[in-house]
Amino acid sequence: MSLSRYKEALYKPLIDENPITLQILGICSALAVTNNLTVTLVMCVALTSVCSFSNLFISLIRNHIPSSIRIIVQMTIIASLVIVVDELLKAYDYETSKKLSVFVGLIITNCIVMGRAEAFAMKEKPLLSFFDGLGNGLGYSVILIGVAAIRELFGAGTLMGYEILPLVSNGGWYMANNLLLLPPSSFIIIGLFIWAIRSYKPAQVEEDDFALSKHKTNEDLTKRELNV
Amino acid sequence: MFEHYLNIFITTVFIENIALSVFLGMCTFLAISKKIDAAIGLGIAVIVVCLITVPLNNLIFNYVLRDGALAWAGLPNTNLEFVELISYIGVIAAAVQILEMFLDKYVPALYNALGVFLPLITVNCAILGASLFMVEKDLMFGESVVYGLGAGFGWAMAIVILAGIREKLKYSDIPEGLKGLGATFIIVGLMSFGFMSFGGISL
Repeated sequence: MSLSRYKEALYKPLIDENPITLQILGICSALAVTNNLTVTLVMCVALTSVCSFSNLFISLIRNHIPSSIRIIVQMTIIASLVIVVDELLKAYDYETSKKLSVFVGLIITNCIVMGRAEAFAMKEKPLLSFFDGLGNGLGYSVILIGVAAIRELFGAGTLMGYEILPLVSNGGWYMANNLLLLPPSSFIIIGLFIWAIRSYKPAQVEEDDFALSKHKTNEDLTKRELNV
Repeated sequence: MFEHYLNIFITTVFIENIALSVFLGMCTFLAISKKIDAAIGLGIAVIVVCLITVPLNNLIFNYVLRDGALAWAGLPNTNLEFVELISYIGVIAAAVQILEMFLDKYVPALYNALGVFLPLITVNCAILGASLFMVEKDLMFGESVVYGLGAGFGWAMAIVILAGIREKLKYSDIPEGLKGLGATFIIVGLMSFGFMSFGGISL
């Protein structure tokens, strides 16, 4: 087991196999919690820790789980970890916990955690799985933090509550774009992110279902018209 | 009385649409919306599972987990709310499994039509989300039945609409990097803006 495999497990999900933009995993929470950078950071830390530890624990007992009940076993481990995170958050940061409402609980069904447990941790050694979970959690965080930073900066002129662009309403010059604070705008921002990543890494571009036929050239038309 | 239930149903389907307003079940929503047939199958499965699990979880919350709910068993000071998540997901996983076996035995046609979507539903956050919102809204049993139906129906409607749009989109000339997932994200964003127009309505 060389060091490079650990590196690969950690770095690959950041852009090459990003859970959100390529694997289509864990999108629900990416949309609902990104209007404020502070809340997003808490969510990212929660998800990354649940993802890496669930990978670690599932990998530790992977040889003892009968395959017919593996989903339930995985669910139980993930759910217990999420409960720990949820209770910790309620105890130490009640405000943020209120803002995240059901989304902390929904980490259980966040498909990144489940997907990595099923696809990676069931097959690989514990430490490697831990790094894979960490990498995927960070890949998720990169996109989320990017979206949240754009939304908060241009939607409210602040970052983590500190004023960056002084708003017109506070005597500054920046006219806030309230559209960005509405949840649907995060879809459009993620869509543009995907566009940017795929322009940078053309290997990720999806194949067409159909090829478009070429436009008829003038020459063809005139020939046919002449025949008529 | 009937009006009250209708009110909850319309609110859940349109104003608080579980896919387009609270963004739950997005992974399956984006991944399995290429074809209308598949979307309809998945939609029906979600409606059925929501309709079963939300009322079931409502009963569990009100008679077992809630603060003081165990008074009927002689334990008035017990508060089991911290095991909420794990019991809901257990109920959902079990309900999906039982439904699968039931359909396999008695309604094979529907079972074959739903195929692989049924087990997938366990990890669909729309289902768990519906249960969690049911608790947050503090619904009674009857209301939770209507809420479960509405949540499932709203989600199913949204995925069928998206699948319809995507089928048409196949023929359009989209920039390379935006093909597939990128364009789908933007469409869902626009659909969701559309659904926001229901937002101001109070029934």
